[in-house]
Amino acid sequence: MTDQKTGKIQSIAGPLVIAKDMRGCEMYEVVRVGQEGLMGETIKLIGDLAYIQIYEDTTGLKPGEEVVRTGAPLSVELGPGIIANFYDGIQRPLVGIKNLAGDYITRGISVPSLDPEKKWDFMPTVKKGDELVEGDYIGEVQESKVILHKVMVPPGIHGRVLEIKSGRFTVDEVIAVLDDGGGRKELTMKQKWPVRIGRPLKEKLDPEVPLLTGQRIYDTFFPIAKGGTAAIPGGFGTGKTVSQHQLAKWADSQVVVYVGCGERGNEMTEVLLTFPELDDPNTGEKLMERSALIANTSNMPVAAREASIYTGVTIAEYYRDMGYDVALMADSSSRWAEALREISGRLEEMPGEEGFPAYLGTRLADFYERAGRVVTLGKEKRFGSVSIIGAVSPPGGDFSEPVAQNTLRVVSTFWALDTNLADRRHFPAINWLTSYSLYLDFVRPWYDKNVDTEFQTLRRETMALLEKEAELQEIVQLVGQDALPESDRAFLEVARMIREDYLQQHAYHEIDSYCSKEKQYLMLKIIMKFHQEVNKAIESGIMASRIAVLKVKDEIARMKYTPNQDFPQRYEELLKSIESEFESLRNQT
Amino acid sequence: MKERPRDIKSREYRSVVQVAGPLLIVEGVEGVAYGEVVHIRTPGGDNRMGQVLESQENLAIVQVFEGTRGLDTDQTRVRFSGDIMKISISKEMLGRSYDGLGRPIDGGPDIIPEVRLPITGAAINPTARAYPDEFIQTGISTIDGMNTLVRGQKLPIFSGAGLPHNDLAAQIARQATVLGSEEPFSVIFAAMGITHEEANFFMNSFESTGALERIVSFINLADDPAIERIITPRMALTTAEFLAFNYDTHVLVILTNMTNYGEALREISAAREEVPGRRGYPGYMYTDLATNYERAGRIRGKKGSITQMPILSMPDDDITHPIPDLTGYITEGQFVLSRELHRKGIYPPVDVLPSLSRLMNEGIGEGRTRADHLGVSDQCYSAYAEGRDVRSLVAVVGEEALSERDRLNLKFADVFEERFVNQGVDENRTIEQTLDLGWELLSMLPEGELKRIDEKYIRQYYKKGPLLEMGV
Repeated sequence: MTDQKTGKIQSIAGPLVIAKDMRGCEMYEVVRVGQEGLMGETIKLIGDLAYIQIYEDTTGLKPGEEVVRTGAPLSVELGPGIIANFYDGIQRPLVGIKNLAGDYITRGISVPSLDPEKKWDFMPTVKKGDELVEGDYIGEVQESKVILHKVMVPPGIHGRVLEIKSGRFTVDEVIAVLDDGGGRKELTMKQKWPVRIGRPLKEKLDPEVPLLTGQRIYDTFFPIAKGGTAAIPGGFGTGKTVSQHQLAKWADSQVVVYVGCGERGNEMTEVLLTFPELDDPNTGEKLMERSALIANTSNMPVAAREASIYTGVTIAEYYRDMGYDVALMADSSSRWAEALREISGRLEEMPGEEGFPAYLGTRLADFYERAGRVVTLGKEKRFGSVSIIGAVSPPGGDFSEPVAQNTLRVVSTFWALDTNLADRRHFPAINWLTSYSLYLDFVRPWYDKNVDTEFQTLRRETMALLEKEAELQEIVQLVGQDALPESDRAFLEVARMIREDYLQQHAYHEIDSYCSKEKQYLMLKIIMKFHQEVNKAIESGIMASRIAVLKVKDEIARMKYTPNQDFPQRYEELLKSIESEFESLRNQT
Repeated sequence: MKERPRDIKSREYRSVVQVAGPLLIVEGVEGVAYGEVVHIRTPGGDNRMGQVLESQENLAIVQVFEGTRGLDTDQTRVRFSGDIMKISISKEMLGRSYDGLGRPIDGGPDIIPEVRLPITGAAINPTARAYPDEFIQTGISTIDGMNTLVRGQKLPIFSGAGLPHNDLAAQIARQATVLGSEEPFSVIFAAMGITHEEANFFMNSFESTGALERIVSFINLADDPAIERIITPRMALTTAEFLAFNYDTHVLVILTNMTNYGEALREISAAREEVPGRRGYPGYMYTDLATNYERAGRIRGKKGSITQMPILSMPDDDITHPIPDLTGYITEGQFVLSRELHRKGIYPPVDVLPSLSRLMNEGIGEGRTRADHLGVSDQCYSAYAEGRDVRSLVAVVGEEALSERDRLNLKFADVFEERFVNQGVDENRTIEQTLDLGWELLSMLPEGELKRIDEKYIRQYYKKGPLLEMGV
């Protein structure tokens, strides 16, 4: 397979090249095309013709130029050095490209994914004579301040340790030798894995632990579990990217892989500038110390965009195998689907809905199925998870389009962004009536144990209030608020409080940006306390208009700006204020 | 097959086998590069230009920019230049006018090029970008106050037929300044399929401010060949990149009208019988638009910047039409013009609610505009949104059924449109004036309603006073 055969370009149209004399070439094999050796991947074979999608701009290619087979599928290099790095869709480090090519990304550049010069301190955790199976740790490298990189026996390899080294090595130097009965297997800190194939695991588990995000609408109402999947669809301007950034910043996963897939250059720059500055609430270190970024912006080659989410998920799986909880953000899966559509169109395949290929649904399902909480390979029973959160950008904000619909078929959490909410600057603009999470029942025991058994009850009650508000609003639209009974009018005040003072969360506010689970619980309790007092007051004949002007409402409105650690005290104060204000309200009548 | 290779690089053929729509198919060719520039000589002796869209072993599909009228399959001569599409650029281009393919149309001589650059440009490495955060004062309250523009941003105007988007764009071009900055500034104006009148309007507007010498225009008019429009914005943006990053200039690029650009794209796609995406537009339109829009920005270590302001008319005022829709997904926000406001006689009829500037937060606040800016903007927005809701409610239930709070918000919405949104075509408000105006309006509302503003700013700026003083 590795005998390098070469073919010749027959035709070029956009990112698609057809090459002849390619018999024997395998599907998804990587090839080098033309004088500049542009990287491409075989996506269709007919006789001795190979259809190749090129990961770089094809301008200037000519028929007759050489196509060289590499004999290997599109793979990523896995090893220390991925964290805090910034890659393009096919795992080329962007800083490396910049050092070679300057401010613009020119083509035909080849930069190793993992720095071959850099030496890492390798600490072995096994000794000579140990029997190892695939996935077992052989040692550790402090990859960043917070990530302890476990060097593992690659899948498919096992054996008795013949040699094990300790000290400073590059990723290409041999650090251990195994005897698998048939001979010596030399191991380095680097492994390769084809991106389109999921890394092996022992067992998939139920998602029982919520992925806490510090965002009230998600954690309280529509939680995603560790190892779960979620989709955030929304028209432009509804805050998909800000939501994704918030999740990447605050989610309590140990590793974050952020894939900017066909999105804006400036947004990726923002990530690049803010992540090294922001503190991670879970470790106290900078966010960049646990993040790997992949950027294939909208103007970068479309085929590499198609590959970018696979590159991302493979990296995520690798860290999962070390026993970490990994969160993968893909922004946006619609751009990925469009890349798929573009290539499919060039292949002249029979189109499905809206020109998307008929296999769109299968591909999406394949991708999201790579999420999960798992028992990893290795002798010891270790757990790791990959959670996938995909943004969807439906044309015209219409969720009935193929990408959104196919995504909803496979994901378990649906955070529906709503243009109407965004237009009135209700952020995060998640529509609480249409969103859902299928993990609620799975994670309930966890919340009962780690927050309070009352939390889920509060959640249900609050949700019921919001439902009721929606019904009342319909009536208000028809007859006006004055036609409502006093109790309903007072109720609308409470509902407004839930919406504005609880659901709305200010992503750019230093304190409100992250809300701990304890604070969420206490905030809900305050609002429900207010609700109870309102009910009592109405029963004793107090007018809704007098409740509407209570001063404590302003205090409640500002409670989100109280720091997490000060909140329990603030909670007591607020409870007292509520009680005393209602008390004096009753006394006045 | 009558092929006569001239030299290694450029080869001439007379083997056109098919002419269809904007496309030409040439057979018997050899070594034609994808994207290569093609010179075509019609039987009548005209010269035209084209570009290779698909290259096969002995066949090339060529798109002809100036249209295929007059071409035949017998006498037409096609010469492959051996080069990709490039533009000759020099600083001397400032003050000059070019057609959609970059040929001078102002009667002046050809420039002596400093460089020849490929017009497709390359993607800026995200690690090389500098994040846009310098406030541009346009003197227009709805923009400066509510949807702030910053240097290096791409912010389109979504308009409709008959709305004053040109006046707005021209006003922005005239008034745009960065506070406390005297750095070189120029405007690149790329017109795609607009009318003579519109083009003249822009030219006169630029001329009236004596700013013509800092403007380069590329003009493809409505009666110019449609396919040329594919090239026009790329010419403009390549020039912009040169001025911005070689001569430290702050460049504002106005692209009008991107809807015509999208149409041209569709025309080519249809002629090639490609599988269509939504409404017949090609599936790669997103990528294609992005390769233009993403050329806005700043680069670390470089002084210049490219700010883009594409104008597009939404067919039937439909914001979900593929062209505005895909644009909105790429650009960093949008200004949406409203027919309703326009009918009320409000200029500029910017509908604040669907409008957005994604980079606003970085460009405002202390040291840039004023510390209270974000709060004022959020609060005005939210009160106006509620007021608009109430307005539609009033139509159903009548004003009597409103609560006191609703009544206030309704009044706020009216005054906001009349005083804040509305301003003169030549009225240039400073950011302080805009924010003070915002406070004046917000003072209509009870202090407790201002939940989105930090208390300390409320203490500083909120003016208690009877509502009637507002003069409503």
